[in-house]
Amino acid sequence: MTCEGNKVSDAPAIELKGISKAFGPVQANKNISIRVMPGTIHGIIGENGAGKSTLMSILYGFYKADSGEVFINGQQTVIPDSQAAIAAGIGMVFQHFKLVQNFTVLENIILGAEDGGLLKPSLAKARKSLENLAQEYGLDVKPDAIIEEIGVGMQQRVEILKSLYRHAEILILDEPTGVLTPTEADQLFRILARLKKEGKTIIFITHKLREIMDVTDTVSVMRRGEMTATVKTSETSPEHLAELMVGRKVLLRVDKAPAKPGAPVLEVENLHVTDEDGVKRLKGISLNVRAGEILGIAGVAGNGQSELLQVLGGMRNASGIIRINGQQIDLSGKFSNGQSRRARSIAHVPEDRQREGLIMEFSAWENIAFGYHHDPAYQTNALLMNNAGLVELAQDKMNRFDVRPPNPRLAAKNFSGGNQQKIVLAREIERNPDLLLVGQPTRGVDIGAIEFIHQQLIALRDAGKAILLVSVELDEIMSLSDRIAVIFDGRFMGERLPDATNEKELGLLMAGVSEEAA
Amino acid sequence: MEKMPRWADAILVPMISLLLAAILSALVIVAIGEDPWAAFKLMVQGALMRSAGWGYTLYYTTNFIFTGLAVAVAFHARLFNIGGEGQAMLGGLGVALVCLYIPWPHWSLALLGAATGAALFGALWAFIPAYLQAKRGSHVVITTIMFNYIAFSVLGYMLVNVLRPPRSMDPATAKFPEATHLPTFRDMFSTADNILFRGSPANVTFFLAILACVLVWFLIWRTRLGFEIRAFGHSETGANYAGISAVRITIVTMVISGALAGLMAVNTTQGEAERLVLNSTEGAGFIGIAVALMGRNHPIGVFIAALLFGFLYQGGAELALWTNIPRELIVVIQALVILFTGALDNMVRMPLERLFLSWRRKELR
Repeated sequence: MTCEGNKVSDAPAIELKGISKAFGPVQANKNISIRVMPGTIHGIIGENGAGKSTLMSILYGFYKADSGEVFINGQQTVIPDSQAAIAAGIGMVFQHFKLVQNFTVLENIILGAEDGGLLKPSLAKARKSLENLAQEYGLDVKPDAIIEEIGVGMQQRVEILKSLYRHAEILILDEPTGVLTPTEADQLFRILARLKKEGKTIIFITHKLREIMDVTDTVSVMRRGEMTATVKTSETSPEHLAELMVGRKVLLRVDKAPAKPGAPVLEVENLHVTDEDGVKRLKGISLNVRAGEILGIAGVAGNGQSELLQVLGGMRNASGIIRINGQQIDLSGKFSNGQSRRARSIAHVPEDRQREGLIMEFSAWENIAFGYHHDPAYQTNALLMNNAGLVELAQDKMNRFDVRPPNPRLAAKNFSGGNQQKIVLAREIERNPDLLLVGQPTRGVDIGAIEFIHQQLIALRDAGKAILLVSVELDEIMSLSDRIAVIFDGRFMGERLPDATNEKELGLLMAGVSEEAA
Repeated sequence: MEKMPRWADAILVPMISLLLAAILSALVIVAIGEDPWAAFKLMVQGALMRSAGWGYTLYYTTNFIFTGLAVAVAFHARLFNIGGEGQAMLGGLGVALVCLYIPWPHWSLALLGAATGAALFGALWAFIPAYLQAKRGSHVVITTIMFNYIAFSVLGYMLVNVLRPPRSMDPATAKFPEATHLPTFRDMFSTADNILFRGSPANVTFFLAILACVLVWFLIWRTRLGFEIRAFGHSETGANYAGISAVRITIVTMVISGALAGLMAVNTTQGEAERLVLNSTEGAGFIGIAVALMGRNHPIGVFIAALLFGFLYQGGAELALWTNIPRELIVVIQALVILFTGALDNMVRMPLERLFLSWRRKELR
């Protein structure tokens, strides 16, 4: 018994040998081998499209590898579908949760694992084991809450519990923090540490270096379908990992000269917004952004920064006063829309590039024209758009912003997240606006592209333009901004200079703790 | 990366779907004790082998091009205009008023006038649901269907109480004046010793339909309005970001769609019947949905699909005339075509995509 037990713990929980997988002409995984020891957290890091998700999908039985072998606890295992993966003790938490929105937590957990035709006994059993799981791993959830009424962090817990309920010993988490606030992410990391302590094996897929450094024991780096290195986390550094990921040295810090601010471009006074449900989103915001500076808005998502951007971009009505270059603009009615803002030389990189900034089915050149399609320079005559000219123009802009592949006829949906963002930035920055609104410029963007995007923003600032930056990444706000305003519950909590503050102080302000109270 | 070549997507998939529909139709014909091969030959002969057959096929095709384009244009803005039938009925009213109450010197001017009237009335009939959708959020699918029934009643009232000539028992207008009669294919293509398209209703409106195809293509893919329509259709949030007005696009698109559906009445009312009758649309408004679906909302696709349905209509009429196969069975065959080309599209598409992918992979090795 002891001997056997030893044998089990000596064998890797997961071992992949020589996995290859091609999609048509694209080699998504090339001869990948990996060993993950039981009771450890193993990170897999790589840029978007490096093949991380494909590899995990093979392990979970969604794809069949073209060649290669899978060993679970030292035993060769064939995983033709996800049922087999679950039977082999593998659980997967997807980036986009697969939960039934109007079911309760409990119903979601037993979905697909019911014991028989009648629900009641299954539910009762699940309730009991859920209590045990919650105690064992510190995973508190309300079993009877409806999914759509609980937060994203909670929904993720439900996904983890779903796997544990199916007796998963190995948990795969695909970009688990992509949708979480910093606080929720911290809670997740605590849960992972607890799971590890209880002997579970965890594979953690991400493209964020900080998370890898914080939670993993070992880390594998993927680049263009290949596994470029596997190292102990304690023996590496973010810079080293970034270099392995991108294949060249990457500047993780933003290099910039002090700002030389000029006249105010944007002045906002006492801005109020009430949304469709009658909830007050902005409660008297006042700010100004001068030419040649970046004002960063820090805050936990959902505190009004999205609405602020939307009002400035003409996507939403508001009351109050906004002046651009000293001239007041309409905030509601027929003359308040995206077109009227563009006419005032306001460019807008929206927070959600897939739903707002781009038409995913449109080709890149159509997206380069999108929003500016009324520009006389883009027309052949009074009736027709100059499509051929726009293709050339797009080619030009895509080259300058290093969009890959540089094919203007390719649909936006076929570009990676980072390249989609570059298309939006190319469109907006190349218009040479007086004021650039930027929301989440690097969300879901890989490291190499982040460096490039930050450089472009700084270059625009140094060209004497005003930039309003909204980001939930505090690092990004701290490194790019010349001034930082913290928003909480629709109000500004205060303004700080990046050199004269720190994450802790900003974190407190973001949580709504004001100076007087602190 | 595209999953398969464009020609396979545009041609192979519908061809296979059609073949499946044909096989199933053949089985149905066998089941009622008739010979499917003979039936098919009869359809082809009746619809395509004689110029008169072509004259009917192209007449129906003209109707389906207009209603198909109407659905296609609306669909680019993700608006589902099911009201083509009603818009075409009102279009007929426009044609009748223009032809009856304005003294036209020549058919060409009458055609212009009637087309304007048809488009205007069709557009008006689409405007009301469009306005309700844009400003009040009443779904166009519901309102356009309801407006079909209202159109039918309006038309009935107008024909019985207003436009019916005195002492006539027929709910129809008087015959249009001679000067408004459009040249038929027979008038246009026959020579002294070779009469073509004898007794068939195809007329100059067919060329108007082709013109409409070209114009719709330009509208959708070459103009700013088309750009905005497609952008709005793909993403409403994106359109809001770009400052494209949802109200404006919804109304303008539906009005264009309604005008196209209304234009169908030029063909049926001025071109064929030369008076307005109660049931001149004959369900062409609904066939337009299938035509747009099969034609992938592209004018060329709509043209080809309209031709196919024209053939099915004319071939079906021949079947009903010369065999014991009832007319209802033609509806079954049409329904099978719609089912396979529209609703069951993915049944053919997905295995085909897989096939192409595996081919491509083999080539690379």
